[in-house]
Amino acid sequence: MNLPDTQSIIRRQRLYEQLFIILGIVALLVALLTLLALFTRLAIDGMPRLTPDFFTSFPSRFAERAGILSAWVGSFLVMFVTACAAIPLGVSAGIYLEEYAPKNRWTAIIEINVMNLAGIPSIVYGLLALGLFVQIFGFGQSILSAGLTLALLILPIIIVSTREALRGIPGGIREAAYALGATRWQVVSDHLLPYSSGGVLTGVIIGLSRAIGETAPIITIGALTFIAFLPTSPFMAEFPFISFKWVLDPFTVMPIQMFNWTSRPEEAFQYNAAAAGVVLLAMTLLMNGIAIWLRYRIRKTIKWQAAPLQQRRQRNRSCPFHNPQQPHRNSKRKHASSTFITALFMP
Amino acid sequence: MKNISLPVYNEKITALIGPSGCGKSTFLRCFNRMHDLYPDNRYGGEIRLFPDDVNLLSPDVDPIEVRMRVSMVFQKPNPFPKSIFENAAYGLRVRGMNKKAELEEKVETALINAALWNEVKDRLQEPAFNLSGGQQQRLCIARALAIEPELVLFDEPTSALDPIATASIEELMLELKEKVSILIVTHNMQQAARVSDYTAFLYLGEVIEYDETKKIFTNPEKKQTEDYITGRFG
Amino acid sequence: MEREHTIKQYDIELREIREQLLEMGGKVEMMISDAMKSLVERDTALAEATIAYDHQINRMEVEIDEKCLQVLARRQPAARDLRFITLALKIVTDLERIGDQCRNIAKHTLHLNKEPVLKPYIDLPRMAVAAATMVREALDAFVRGDAELALKVCGDDTFVDQLNSQIQRELLTYMMADPTTITRAIRVNAVAKCLERVADHATNVAEMVIFMVKGKDIRHTA
Repeated sequence: MNLPDTQSIIRRQRLYEQLFIILGIVALLVALLTLLALFTRLAIDGMPRLTPDFFTSFPSRFAERAGILSAWVGSFLVMFVTACAAIPLGVSAGIYLEEYAPKNRWTAIIEINVMNLAGIPSIVYGLLALGLFVQIFGFGQSILSAGLTLALLILPIIIVSTREALRGIPGGIREAAYALGATRWQVVSDHLLPYSSGGVLTGVIIGLSRAIGETAPIITIGALTFIAFLPTSPFMAEFPFISFKWVLDPFTVMPIQMFNWTSRPEEAFQYNAAAAGVVLLAMTLLMNGIAIWLRYRIRKTIKWQAAPLQQRRQRNRSCPFHNPQQPHRNSKRKHASSTFITALFMP
Repeated sequence: MKNISLPVYNEKITALIGPSGCGKSTFLRCFNRMHDLYPDNRYGGEIRLFPDDVNLLSPDVDPIEVRMRVSMVFQKPNPFPKSIFENAAYGLRVRGMNKKAELEEKVETALINAALWNEVKDRLQEPAFNLSGGQQQRLCIARALAIEPELVLFDEPTSALDPIATASIEELMLELKEKVSILIVTHNMQQAARVSDYTAFLYLGEVIEYDETKKIFTNPEKKQTEDYITGRFG
Repeated sequence: MEREHTIKQYDIELREIREQLLEMGGKVEMMISDAMKSLVERDTALAEATIAYDHQINRMEVEIDEKCLQVLARRQPAARDLRFITLALKIVTDLERIGDQCRNIAKHTLHLNKEPVLKPYIDLPRMAVAAATMVREALDAFVRGDAELALKVCGDDTFVDQLNSQIQRELLTYMMADPTTITRAIRVNAVAKCLERVADHATNVAEMVIFMVKGKDIRHTA
């Protein structure tokens, strides 16, 4: 082995490595800075309008008095219906496909179609909803129709993430549970659902944060753009204290309100739209933040691997090679932050 | 598999040895109907469990019932990501037992029998994954013992462990055989020689020889057995 | 045809032990005939050489023991290999004892050569030849795994025992007839005893060969 040769090879490889790192950082910066620029623009335009009145006023012909009350309440209620519809359906479908369905041709066809559903343009969902929910089922142009439509839209996301989460559970756990005499349902409810809850929750929140920004299907089913009233309150004074009349009320959502405002000629409405955009962005970031935090918490309770070696040495007091000099506090902090970061990026 | 017929004696350890892919694990998993979990499997023949002479492979017998009388310890320790107590108690919970006092008593017995009680008795609520590999495997053994089975199946239980943990598990098996019957599959011949009372040598789905361990390892009848044991195989 | 071990080094180690055992056996056979020759031809130098030669036999015992221990420690032999190694260890002991007996014969020869011949030696050489043959055949049987040959060796022991009794009776008549022959007769008797013991050790080897081959222990039975 000729030493100068190998050294020049190593040097060249290191050079390529450095170039690649620089390229990566540049690409990352380009993406981040573009996003940052857009957001800053939005914030500069919209921030002055973000007063408490903005959140509690209805839309109005006068830009200064217009607010997003009906819009954000509408968004919230539609998300609620979407969640109620999509989560049970999606999670159950995911569990069925992963655990119960026999592996034959029909199941394969179903699986392929579930994947395809994710790629269908959202406006097609709107048309489907128009025909099915609004007219045939007679739900009308209501929160229920919108919620169900968006539920259909995000169903594939939830199904796929449920299945991925279930697949992430090592097969040894299943075998161990079955070998103890558990029925399939016991295995699912005692083990698989709890252990996969992190992944499932992630999928749900990713789906919801996508749904919150969907405009096309909502327009198609006819969400009205100028709503100066709220849907019927769910809380009533007398028995049974909870009313569901609001599901059938007309409504509007944040993206539509923004769309409405941007199509007005007055410049003042553009600022309103920017402000609403900031709010929408904040809502989305909030939902993603909750997802990350929940994943982090769940990751702490369900550990697939043993704690890092430092911590194990501390616990295993009978180990004769125990090093008492290890500072306990430091290792704990390091563990926490590394868990947090992995929670950010991995389901 | 072809024409396997051998006895598994009560309160004794029977070992299955043979080269890879000869059907040892497949045969072992018939005893607790694990093949039912995967499609396209079919059982032929009978496995009769005494004293009530029931055929474990009969389609009339519920696999869940079989698994409550025959439990299994796997190759790679696979405790649930729950607490140590919950791991040991799961088999009992599955049968509907949920009175705290009863569970605690049975879990303690199982952990004592698995030679783990002294090491974990004051940290039962800690996650099972904090234990070392050997301790985790003993926890899996405790889990399998908690349901008071009649036969315990060990599928290469120490192949993922270091020699010290292996020795402690082997010692545990020798203590356990007074309470339950044990059927162990191992590709470590010396382990079979150390631990078992009876040994069966399997090759390509057939039993080539079955006899007392001391005979198999000092003077086997069949040349194939001897070739395998002395390292002249392959 | 015996299959080879998957680990070739193991085969080499077993073969080395086998070859050294044969070599030791050959040397021991030579010692028997040399000891007898030194007695019959009254060759003192040969007797002294034979006594010194015992050191080589002892050294070989140590070497073979060490090799066997290595195999036991590192190869964990089982079944036939285990029987081979454990019996090799015992056979080495028997061969070493045979060497000791030959040295004793040579020592007696030294004393006998200082005195006049008692009588022509006829039966003693016959005993020596028989005993040497037994040793050779026992080792052949060990190496070849020939149980039949080993059984024959066990039977040959009777012949040697008979010769021993005959020599004893003859010497007794000499001693009763003439008391001055007693010291020489006792020594000659001792030589016969040594040869009888050599034959016994060869028989031991043969019995162990049968155990190794058949897995049946016929020692200490009829």
